[in-house]
Amino acid sequence: MTITEKILASHAGRRYVEPGEIVEVEVDLLLANDITAPLAIQEVERLNLDSLFDPKKVVFVLDHFTPARDVRAAENCRMIREFSKRYGIEHVFEVQDAGIEHALLPERGLVLPGELVIGADSHTCTYGALSLFSTGVGSTDLAYAMAEGRIWLRVPETMKFLCHGKWQRWVGGKDLILHIIGRIGVDGANYKAMEFDGEAVMALSMDGRFTVANMVVEAGAKNGIFPFDEKTKLFLAGRAQRPYSVPEPDREANYCSVWEIDVGTIEPLVALPFLPSNIRPVREVGRLPIDQVVIGSCTNGRLEDLTVAAEIMRGKKVKKGVRCLVIPATQRIYLEALRRGYMEIFLEAGCIVCPPTCGPCLGGHMGVLASGERAVATTNRNFLGRMGHKDSEVYLASPAVCAASAIKGEIVHPEEVL
Amino acid sequence: MRFRGRVFKFGDNIDTDVIIPATYLSSTDPEELKRHCMEPIVPFFYEKVRQGDIIVAGSNFGCGSSREHAPYAIKAVGISIVIARSFARIFYRNAMNIGLPLLEADILHEVDGGSEIEVDLKEGKIAIGPRTFASRPPPPFMLEILGEGGLINYLRRKRVERV
Repeated sequence: MTITEKILASHAGRRYVEPGEIVEVEVDLLLANDITAPLAIQEVERLNLDSLFDPKKVVFVLDHFTPARDVRAAENCRMIREFSKRYGIEHVFEVQDAGIEHALLPERGLVLPGELVIGADSHTCTYGALSLFSTGVGSTDLAYAMAEGRIWLRVPETMKFLCHGKWQRWVGGKDLILHIIGRIGVDGANYKAMEFDGEAVMALSMDGRFTVANMVVEAGAKNGIFPFDEKTKLFLAGRAQRPYSVPEPDREANYCSVWEIDVGTIEPLVALPFLPSNIRPVREVGRLPIDQVVIGSCTNGRLEDLTVAAEIMRGKKVKKGVRCLVIPATQRIYLEALRRGYMEIFLEAGCIVCPPTCGPCLGGHMGVLASGERAVATTNRNFLGRMGHKDSEVYLASPAVCAASAIKGEIVHPEEVL
Repeated sequence: MRFRGRVFKFGDNIDTDVIIPATYLSSTDPEELKRHCMEPIVPFFYEKVRQGDIIVAGSNFGCGSSREHAPYAIKAVGISIVIARSFARIFYRNAMNIGLPLLEADILHEVDGGSEIEVDLKEGKIAIGPRTFASRPPPPFMLEILGEGGLINYLRRKRVERV
């Protein structure tokens, strides 16, 4: 069995499962945010429950339209707080504990190797970087799991991505996952697991691995997963909230396909509107002036991302007329970036630093686009109207490309500003 | 479960940001959500649809976010069933869970927009004029969830049975 199959088997109380089977599994942790929790809560209310299956396993993160962008967003947050109080849910993250859910849960050691996590948010797949099964579901599935502690899942086939070679300068996890989505397409992994291995992906930091796992849903995948190694262990040391056991694939595991990737051939990439699979090397996109840059999100708002951006922006100025938003993904990342002097670099350069929020990524608030505007962003989706007006455009790229583009005022390779 | 309605055609990769833009997600009221359904590509879609009409689409329908507001909006508009070459997995679960029927079938190039078709979900059969197309119906437990009007109704019944 693959790592994914092993985790599903253990949570189904079975010794063996195979792809295509539908199994009912126990859930170790379940998650919703300020957009998806209200619908889930409404459904739970219809069940008239005295108690949830286990309130300690429920996490709410208020991150999408927060700090509350309007009265209705505020009412939704209040509803979540009240529900949590009533059912004894302690893991409610906001304000001093604010953060974008998929950066926050790993940071707090709430998602651990070998576990099975579901979240009412499509990017829940991010946690697979820590060698666990995590997948996005909707609010009703979440409501069901809040009541029952279980969920049905179809065991996915696993696609394996073996990554070798030496990384070029300014190329990282974001470029790798864009490269893969470009190759297999936006439904190339529909209903499947994507497993990453090989010395090149294991050379990535945990932050880089989170970025890769985060965007597997952009290829339609159910989950993305990495093997456990010393870096995983080190990341979890002093963080893990529970003991965990490490899942390992069998030698004779079956993969529905194996993809060999030489990362040395990958250049800094950009995904053009309106699909994440619409990939071009940044050197080939031509001179595209931009109105806005976003450096943040559950994909690329972590410390390493801010480090790269600060390295490029040090002593430089954002092009006049360009709005560059920097959004640290959590309060802790914000504080650490401040201590390291990145915030001074960003502010001196003319960036706006926003509080941790999903904000503009999904066109919610904190920097949405007007008609005819173009943004380059470290976010994960460039669908029609994703960041605001339906006649605006989002180009997806790495923090390095975004930082360089902010300085140049058009989408450029980082080398062009150094 | 049989459906009869006029066809609205959509292409590949109809994502949830198009089905219901995120800025409207502060609401959970289907009547409000429906007014913005498909807004970026078909303004006033809700005024064009008659109760029972059918969406026919290409591959990867519903890709993107996990927002259940998307199937709620489609259902509230009056669409009785969505037929697509393939569905994104979260959307598939969400739609079935709230009682919006889906059928996987590759008929986009077999139908004209505005024409009337008939669907027998349980049999996986689609009648387009004199022609009939066969496809794989959803598994029995999913039909059962749909029959109950969604997953939570299904669970309510199960919990009563358990007691």
